[in-house]
Amino acid sequence: MKVLVAVKRVVDYNVKVRVKADGSGVETTNVKFSMNPFDEIAVEEAVRLKEAGKAQEIVVVSIGPAQAQETLRAALAMGADRAILIQTDEAVEPLAVAKLIAAIAKREEIGLAILGKQAIDDDSNQTGQMLAALLGWPQGTFASKLALEEGRAVVTREIDGGLETVSLALPAVVTTDLRLNTPRYASLPNIMKAKKKPLETTFAVDLDVDIAPRLVTLKVEEPPKRKAGVKVADAATLVDKLKNEAKVI
Amino acid sequence: MEIALNEDQRAVQDGVAKIVGRFDDEYWTRCDSDARFPHEFHQAMAEAGWLGITMPESLGGAGLGVTEAAIMMHEVARGGGGMAAASALHVNLFGPHPIVVHGTREQQERWLKPLIDGREKVAFGVTEPNAGLDTTSIETFAKKTAGGYHVRGRKMWTTTAQEADRLLLLARTTPKTECARKADGMTLFYTPLDRSRIEVRRIEKMGRAAVDSNALFIDDLFIPDEDRIGEEGKGFRYLFDSLNPERILFGMEAVGLGRDALRRASAYAKERVVFGHPIGQNQAIQHPLAEKWAYLESAYWMCLRAAWLYDQGQPCGAEANAAKLIAARAGYDAALQAVMTLGGMGYAKEYQVERLFRESVLPRIIPVTEQLILSYIGENVLDLPKSY
Ligand SMILES: Cc1cc2nc3c(=O)[nH]c(=O)nc-3n(C[C@H](O)[C@H](O)[C@H](O)COP(=O)(O)OP(=O)(O)OC[C@H]3O[C@@H](n4cnc5c(N)ncnc54)[C@H](O)[C@@H]3O)c2cc1C
Repeated sequence: MKVLVAVKRVVDYNVKVRVKADGSGVETTNVKFSMNPFDEIAVEEAVRLKEAGKAQEIVVVSIGPAQAQETLRAALAMGADRAILIQTDEAVEPLAVAKLIAAIAKREEIGLAILGKQAIDDDSNQTGQMLAALLGWPQGTFASKLALEEGRAVVTREIDGGLETVSLALPAVVTTDLRLNTPRYASLPNIMKAKKKPLETTFAVDLDVDIAPRLVTLKVEEPPKRKAGVKVADAATLVDKLKNEAKVI
Repeated sequence: MEIALNEDQRAVQDGVAKIVGRFDDEYWTRCDSDARFPHEFHQAMAEAGWLGITMPESLGGAGLGVTEAAIMMHEVARGGGGMAAASALHVNLFGPHPIVVHGTREQQERWLKPLIDGREKVAFGVTEPNAGLDTTSIETFAKKTAGGYHVRGRKMWTTTAQEADRLLLLARTTPKTECARKADGMTLFYTPLDRSRIEVRRIEKMGRAAVDSNALFIDDLFIPDEDRIGEEGKGFRYLFDSLNPERILFGMEAVGLGRDALRRASAYAKERVVFGHPIGQNQAIQHPLAEKWAYLESAYWMCLRAAWLYDQGQPCGAEANAAKLIAARAGYDAALQAVMTLGGMGYAKEYQVERLFRESVLPRIIPVTEQLILSYIGENVLDLPKSY
């Protein structure tokens, strides 16, 4: 079975994100980028499936600028077999991304697609679900456990108040949650090997997919500064303030 | 001209940072206070193949250059472990160079593979109590006998000798007085660190307690011929080629440590409120930190410039020495400023900067002192009379 993993190049989670002076977006020049952490978990899961003999080939796909090649190489260094970059300098919305991945999934006759549950830059949490809908495949989102059985994927999902287990007929879409696994770090020999693995670059037009945005970003601004808290003298004052000032009790 | 890390080099940087990031402040504080070798860290780096970064691919290494090794050590030193983290790996990266260049295939297989895998560790025995920086005056003597050598002498400061399985040893095989040139008559060996013949005495020191340094007393140690590297009498010359890489790596380690100290100081200065505002709002606090950043940044690129020259096969003595000089100072200055920025808390172990400061003194002294670097530049770059 072929597994497809989608990876996104995002501003590194350690970077303090700054809004551009003109409010058109966030600052990305001279900023460190890395693989979306949920996607790292997705790559790790795919590699484990391959190591367990349940997957034969892992294809990683990224949609983004030329620099996203680095993100793909990082996935190859973790153990993916080959990479496809759908190159674009435009901002792509979840629907466009889902359409592009769907096109690849069909072309490659994928048996399982693993995606991060969301990307830490725009936090959309839509792509996996849209992909499943476009392909007409079942979906197991927010996976904290994944097991493959005869033609089915058994996914344990983290939901409010507990865990839910769903059994999906393959081919299927799975999105990863934080607790699914701890991604390995790439060893130096594997980083070297990754340079020699195939990386194909293609474009939305080649896949016949319309990626024109449906949304317009009006303005991006910093979240309001949190005001300092107040100290209260005793419990009675606290209750009084909650009742009369905050009006929450 | 593009003065930037390339894609592979960024992959090295990220790859190392990922491993280093798994070892927290508590880990390094413990290693320091218990004077305990960071085995887990050394092992993690070995398992991920980093100990072979500069070793030939045919022996399981990655065959990368000093530039990549320098980028690696910068990440290693800046992750909280400072010089302790760096020194746990350092000798692996440049120490075996004479074996790579002058060793036989059989020796390379026998010695380098276990080193790259992290199964064995090596200590580097050059410095001696009665010679100091004047290396050609070493007294440890290897006397030829049938099938090998009998060695007697003393070594000083030999790092990781408590942990090491092997000793890379420089010894005289011809007395200095009988040599045409004083750099002749010394031979390099790579031999088991036989504790029945070598007494290893730990030296109590100012910092970097996790990685031991020792006085060695070598009493009639037999070294077989097959443990000699290259030809007899050429050992010191074999070492020459690894001196510049070693300086560059120490420079980058100092910069890495300095960056870590600076990061901690800036974070503290932003949070700590005194007189109603963060201390980092005072220019007396802010400016020295900004200045340290500027020095660290210039030292970083100077180190990479020297590394690039080396990897191109060009002479880099002046650049490597200059890089080590300014990098060590930049690291030290940043660490000291970090302590001062935190005030009383700078002196508390909990905030880590006192540990970094103690360690930052080291790259100013080793592998060569500032005086000797300046003498080198005076003589070789400025064409002034030799002073030593
Ligand atoms: C923690 C630590 C770990 C070490 N690890 C190792 C190791 O693993 N292997 C190893 O072989 N060595 C090791 N060393 C030794 C280190 O490389 C030496 O300490 C260093 O080279 C300085 O030599 P020295 O201490 O003998 O100083 P000395 O030669 O005694 O010099 C003392 C001072 O005099 C100055 N001086 C001497 N001559 C001149 C001159 N002509 N002009 C101006 N100034 C002069 C020096 O610059 C220095 O400031 C280590 C040292 C330390 C502290």
